[in-house]
Amino acid sequence: MLRTENIHFAIDKKQILHDVTADFVPGEFSMILGPNGSGKSSFLKIFSGEISAFKGDVKYADRNIKSFKKEELALRRAVMSQLPELSFPLTVEEVVMMGRYPHFKFNPNKHDETICNEVMHQMDLDSFRMRNYLTLSGGEKQRVQFARVLTQIWEKPADGYRYLFLDEPLTSLDIKYQQEFLQIAKNFSKNDTVLIAVMHDINLALQYADKIIFLKEGTILAQGKPSDILSPALISEVYHVDAQIITHPVTKKPLVIYH
Amino acid sequence: MLRHNKILFPVLLALLFVMMFAAIAFGAVHLSGADMLGGLQHFFKGEDPANIHQAVFMQLRLPRVLLCVITGAILAVSGVLMQGLFRNPIVEPGLIGTSAGAAFGASIVFVLAADMSVRMKELAGPLLVPLFAFVGGMLATFVVYSLAKNTRRVSIMSLLLVGIAINAVGLSGTGLMSYIARDPQARSITFWNLGTFSGASWLQVFIVGSVAAIIFTISMRYSKQLNALLLGEEEATYLGVDPQKLKWRILVMTTAMVSVATAFVGVISFMGLIVPHIMRIFVGSDNKKLLPTSMVAGALLLTLADMGARLFLAPAEIPIGIITSVVGAPIFILLLKRSKVLQQKGGFNA
Repeated sequence: MLRTENIHFAIDKKQILHDVTADFVPGEFSMILGPNGSGKSSFLKIFSGEISAFKGDVKYADRNIKSFKKEELALRRAVMSQLPELSFPLTVEEVVMMGRYPHFKFNPNKHDETICNEVMHQMDLDSFRMRNYLTLSGGEKQRVQFARVLTQIWEKPADGYRYLFLDEPLTSLDIKYQQEFLQIAKNFSKNDTVLIAVMHDINLALQYADKIIFLKEGTILAQGKPSDILSPALISEVYHVDAQIITHPVTKKPLVIYH
Repeated sequence: MLRHNKILFPVLLALLFVMMFAAIAFGAVHLSGADMLGGLQHFFKGEDPANIHQAVFMQLRLPRVLLCVITGAILAVSGVLMQGLFRNPIVEPGLIGTSAGAAFGASIVFVLAADMSVRMKELAGPLLVPLFAFVGGMLATFVVYSLAKNTRRVSIMSLLLVGIAINAVGLSGTGLMSYIARDPQARSITFWNLGTFSGASWLQVFIVGSVAAIIFTISMRYSKQLNALLLGEEEATYLGVDPQKLKWRILVMTTAMVSVATAFVGVISFMGLIVPHIMRIFVGSDNKKLLPTSMVAGALLLTLADMGARLFLAPAEIPIGIITSVVGAPIFILLLKRSKVLQQKGGFNA
């Protein structure tokens, strides 16, 4: 369970987030949506521990985020952000092993290696192991980074849940991989992971989301089950477009179309 | 890439020992293995060297080669650490002003100590010189770092430019000290500004050696965190690293060891650039492999360079900094050309 209470955040007196309160339950796929500049990435950076100069409380299963050391948080929380670049060449294997860094002191043990191998296999990266990361395509890089993030929290920590946050992770991916990514994240999370994604594509989000939060200008306009909260009026309020909501002929999920 | 080259490290180590032996044997006076063994035997029995060859070995060659080995390792390791910190292969202590600042600090003590009594000089020299060098090096590094930092990022372009300015300040400061010095020995610091091992002593070996041993051990512990930093500060934070803390620790550690070495042997540029550049070809950029191999390779290459410095124009000596600059400058230009630093906005169409 992750809870954010009355989050306020400003940069140089410019209000980025205003009184944001939300609960995230393990086993649910929560998605944060909103137009550019709505504060959704800042929100993610706050509850993931990257930004600490905010007002309000972030609680990981009743424990305040500020009581965690960075190393301690890294054992249960992993973040996939928008394509990190490397400044020096490393092999794919070396990048994926970084996910285990919080778990060992100096040298990885057999267990860490087993996890890396398993994740690389799942992510279809077996033939990439010794490739230079810098020579990969954008989509391949993203698969490697996702593998790294998954190895970080591959096992449930002894004292509670895992937390997996995705910050617009699909920007440079083909449609096939976008679907695959979200499916892998969903399968990975099971019932012990708080899974939150900041998303750009509303229809992609609706396909997988159990819960949606709409942010605009730093405040929450609506949150809840997609079928409960979705309406043309809400879409128009959030994005300033005229929209209709129809049912996807195959998945039977809601589908937003613009006109 | 030859990533899993497990024999590289032992091979480098073996080469280093061969090189050390060669560097001790060859010089204005050639020494034999018997001279070396004899010198050591007499030393461990607490006796004076039996002949002039043994004395050359124990009092000149051996401390010189050891100081050279340690300094080479220091410069290479500090290059790796700084490059990891700034996430760029074009940084090293000579370029961003650390060495020049340290040299300036050391030269102040040099000149002032010359006016002190002989006894004070003996006491103050070996301890005050590295201390002032550290203060000078730290000041230079701090000024360069804070000036090059605009809001969030340290741009490499500004780092190099501010580095030029601080280098100029350091060099003219050292020049001024040599100009006002009355003591002829202190006047020779301009020569020392280009780096030389000709004044190596056992005391220097012990001081630089112990600083290096401590800092190498600590810095190996940070190899994992430095790797994480390759992904960027945000990702490193998510992996449990505190980038701010890490930065300051690495900066203080590199400045400390580079300053102490500079205090005794002068400014030796580009070693921190050349060695990591070559080692990355063999072991990649994982700092856990890069740090130890660069350490040995740095020792090896600087010993080779020092042997060249002694032998090219024997019996005269070339300052070793000239040799490292001749080799290092082309590599620096190559790295500049490859990076995006030269492709920034501004200028005119050529």
